[in-house]
Parts: sequence; structure tokens; C-alpha cells
Amino acid sequence: MKPAKFEYHKPETLDEALTLLAEYGDEARVIAGGQSLVPMMNIRLARPDHLIDINGIDDLSQIRLENGSVAIGALVRHREIEHSAQLAQACPPLPAAACNIGHYALRARGTIGGSLALADPAAEFPLMATLLDAEFVARSGAGERSVPSHEFFVSVFTTALEPEEILTAVRFRTLAQSEGWGFRWFSRRVGDYALVNAAAIVALKDEGRIHRIAMVLGGVGATPVRLTGLEQESVGAEASAGWVREISSAAAARVEPGGDKHASAEYRRELVELLLAGALEDAIDRCRGRQAA
Amino acid sequence: MNRIAFTLTVNAMACEVVAEPRKLLSDVLREDLRLTGTHVGCEHGVCGACTVLVDGAPARACLIFAIQMQCREITTVEGLTPAEGLSPLQQALHEEHGLQCGYCTPGIITTFEAFLRENPKPTDDEIREVLSGNLCRCTGYANIVRAIRKAAQIMRKGTAA
Ligand SMILES: Cc1cc2nc3c(=O)[nH]c(=O)nc-3n(C[C@H](O)[C@H](O)[C@H](O)COP(=O)(O)OP(=O)(O)OC[C@H]3O[C@@H](n4cnc5c(N)ncnc54)[C@H](O)[C@@H]3O)c2cc1C
Ligand code: FES
Ligand code: FES
Repeated sequence: MKPAKFEYHKPETLDEALTLLAEYGDEARVIAGGQSLVPMMNIRLARPDHLIDINGIDDLSQIRLENGSVAIGALVRHREIEHSAQLAQACPPLPAAACNIGHYALRARGTIGGSLALADPAAEFPLMATLLDAEFVARSGAGERSVPSHEFFVSVFTTALEPEEILTAVRFRTLAQSEGWGFRWFSRRVGDYALVNAAAIVALKDEGRIHRIAMVLGGVGATPVRLTGLEQESVGAEASAGWVREISSAAAARVEPGGDKHASAEYRRELVELLLAGALEDAIDRCRGRQAA
Repeated sequence: MNRIAFTLTVNAMACEVVAEPRKLLSDVLREDLRLTGTHVGCEHGVCGACTVLVDGAPARACLIFAIQMQCREITTVEGLTPAEGLSPLQQALHEEHGLQCGYCTPGIITTFEAFLRENPKPTDDEIREVLSGNLCRCTGYANIVRAIRKAAQIMRKGTAA
């Protein structure tokens, strides 16, 4: 099958793009890397009447370090994040996530804005956005607003973006010296979306007790799931192997993964336990300086 | 039909195209420009047979509309083939039996032209990771990995000379 007919627009500025979106509303779709939208158009799951190509807009492609955070433009490609020395230093979970997305050729075109606006619940960037308390900058003709990650991801393939809004940038918090991180995933073939993925950030205080902790799971619900309750219960706990086992099995008991042709709910639960434990072990090891960055 | 006239730069030649915006780059290359070295397997971005270079970076031609590529430099497998003989990568694939039916081969050549430029001395693991984006139903991959390793060696000597 081939894509349905559409009218093609290539705005040169953000304002021009926003004017087009205001005019055509939900008859229009923005195209960034096209690595998710074009497959959907090829099978006519998506058939926009107007395609607004934002690839010509310059000011959406920057990575800017700010005080305690890093702002990444929506058009920054996966491979730039994968190879960014700045990010490897300030926010290493992002390059680790990027190099795991799809295949080499897809990473050269796919954008972080596209991945987040798509909101696949097993995708790497939504997972990291949820882990790193991201702020999403959305612009429309009416102005700019900032949306926190827990409000941005609404459901499977559904975000808080309005049809006339463009995601222009995402701001992630950077990691402190004292923090360690971990990221584990499982997929059957290289390049596939993960069946389940897990990421964690840990800071320890004296005698190896948990000082701060963040944990997130993907592929177990309609959006990435932050384990807020377990995070609170974990503060002050001794970061031992036994604790890692306990917390991972508690997480597996609390999530409600669905079953489908790719994996049963039971299997996903087992993956949660295994992958979260791995992510926590890596985070604790990095915290203790036992692993290189 | 809303056919539009535009210019594409393919293999360093300016090509006039008249096509609907919905026409994929893979189809314009094959049907309008008769460059049938770019193969089409899935149109989902999965198989890699349609991979071309856009400004030197690998890209799935089935996930790009041709009209998006004005002002870009597109290189297909035809553009990577010398006027006489074969490129080092093509020659190595031939010598190491890195192909049988050849359906996947153009996509592997374009992908690894880009990758070997970026990483002239890859490990087998790195080769395999990148090769995971190109499905081959014939060879079992082992000979492709061997061929890429050999081509990398030859290309390193070529640039050293
Ligand atoms: C074979 C294959 C394997 C893949 N594997 C993975 C994987 O393992 N993990 C993973 O995370 N992804 C994977 N992907 C998807 C890939 O990461 C995409 O690049 C990404 O999801 C979408 O980014 P894009 O820039 O290509 O967006 P597009 O396809 O251009 O757009 C996707 C959606 O977002 C909207 N959009 C894009 N940019 C904006 C913006 N700035 N503001 C508002 N709306 C916007 C579009 O309108 C569209 O609805 C895979 C894709 C393929 C084809
Ligand atoms: S035809 Fe483009 S990736 Fe398969
Ligand atoms: S040689 Fe036949 S698909 Fe690769």
C-alpha cells in the first residue's frame, strides 16, 4: 500500500509552521524524522491532508546546558544524542537510551521530539523523560507553555500536546556527581522496541543508605510508570543485594502489565523483576564508583 | 493528482522529477529515475534494503517523501560503484560470498559506506550491531561480517597510501 494524498508544506520558521498548524488543525501532521509517521502513512493508519515538514527550522536542533539541566531541541537526532560528549558528561542516561533505539540508519534521522510526541510506552526517551523529571516546551500561535512529564504522557500514543502545538524542546535534569544510574531492557531482536525496560537513579549517603532514588518502568502500562510509592519507602534503606531483590519483586507485584502476542503479562512481570534489579545494581555500582561512567 | 515538479540531486547529478508529494523516495528512485539498485522490501523501515545516503548519512528511502529531499545530496548504490570494476566493499562481498540472491546487498553497501567512514576499524560486535538493521534471508550473515572486515582493512590501506 502507498500513502494517501496530502499537501506538502515546508515552513522555514517556527512561526510559519505554527500558522499552518493553526489553519489546518487536526487535518495536519508535523513530520520530523518520519521514522514512525511514514510507516503509519505507508499502511494508511495515518492519512493527514496536510504534512508540515519542520526539518528546515534551524532553531530546534540545539543541545544547551543550563544550570542543573539540559535543554534539547525537538529536532535533535538520536545519533547526536548518542555521540554527544556534553551529554555523556552531564546526563549519561540519555546517550545510553539513544544508542539503543532501532537501527543505525533510523538513529540518523529519528528525532527526540518525534519519539516523545509519539509516546510509545516502551520507547527509550519517554522512559528517560519520566526518570529525569523532564519539562516539555510546547508552542502554539497563542504562546508557549511548559508541561511536566507526569502530565505530558497521557496514554498509549497520546500526549498533552494540542493539535495546534509543536514540541520545541525538552528540558532534562542533569545528574549530580553523587548519583549513579542504571538502564536495562529486553527485546527479542536487536532494534525492536523493548518488551520491558527499566531505569533508575540512586544517590547514597553515609554507610550506603539510600538518600535519593528514582525508578521507572516501560512496557508495563499505557505510559512509562514511575514507582513513586516504592521510591518513598526506599529512602533510608541499606542498598544491599537483599534490598535490591526485595524492591524488584515488590515492583513486579505492583505493576499491572498487559499480555499480548509478544509476551504474556506473567512474563513481563518476570522481566520487571530481573531488569529493575539490574538497573538498581548498576546505579548503586556507579554510585560507589565501581563502574566507569 | 497534485503532481509537482522539483529537482533532486542524486549521485551528484541534478534530476528533474514530476511527482506527487506522497511519492516515497524509494519509488521515485526506482520508477522515475530508473535507479533500481535501491530495493524495496517492507516499507516499514525494518529490512534496510532501501537504505541510501542523504548528505552522507544512511537513511531508509521508504521512510522519506522524495519532495523532502530538495537541496539534499542523495547517494544510491549506483553512485557508490566505480565506472570500472567494484568498490572495495563490493569486491569484498563478492570474494567472501557475502551475497546469494543479492536483494539485501545494496542496503548493506550504502549502510557500511557510511559506517566505515565513521568507524574505519570496527570490531566484529560493532559490525554485527549495525548489520542488525539489514535483513538478509540467504547468507546467515557470517560471510557478510567477514567481507565488511576485509573491506575495512582494504579501505584503511587505501587512505593510508
Ligand atoms: C524499524 C524501527 C524500529 C524502531 N525501534 C525503536 C526503538 O527501539 N525505540 C524507540 O524509541 N523508537 C524506535 N523507533 C521509532 C524511532 O525512534 C522514531 O524516530 C521516533 O519514534 C519518532 O521520531 P521521528 O522524528 O521519526 O518522528 P516522526 O515519525 O516524524 O513523527 C512521529 C509523531 O510525532 C509527531 N511529531 C514529531 N515531531 C513533533 C514535534 N516537534 N511537535 C509535535 N509533534 C511532533 C508527528 O506528527 C507524528 O505524529 C523505531 C522505528 C522503526 C521504523
Ligand atoms: S523497504 Fe525500506 S526498510 Fe524495508
Ligand atoms: S543475499 Fe539474499 S537476502 Fe541477502
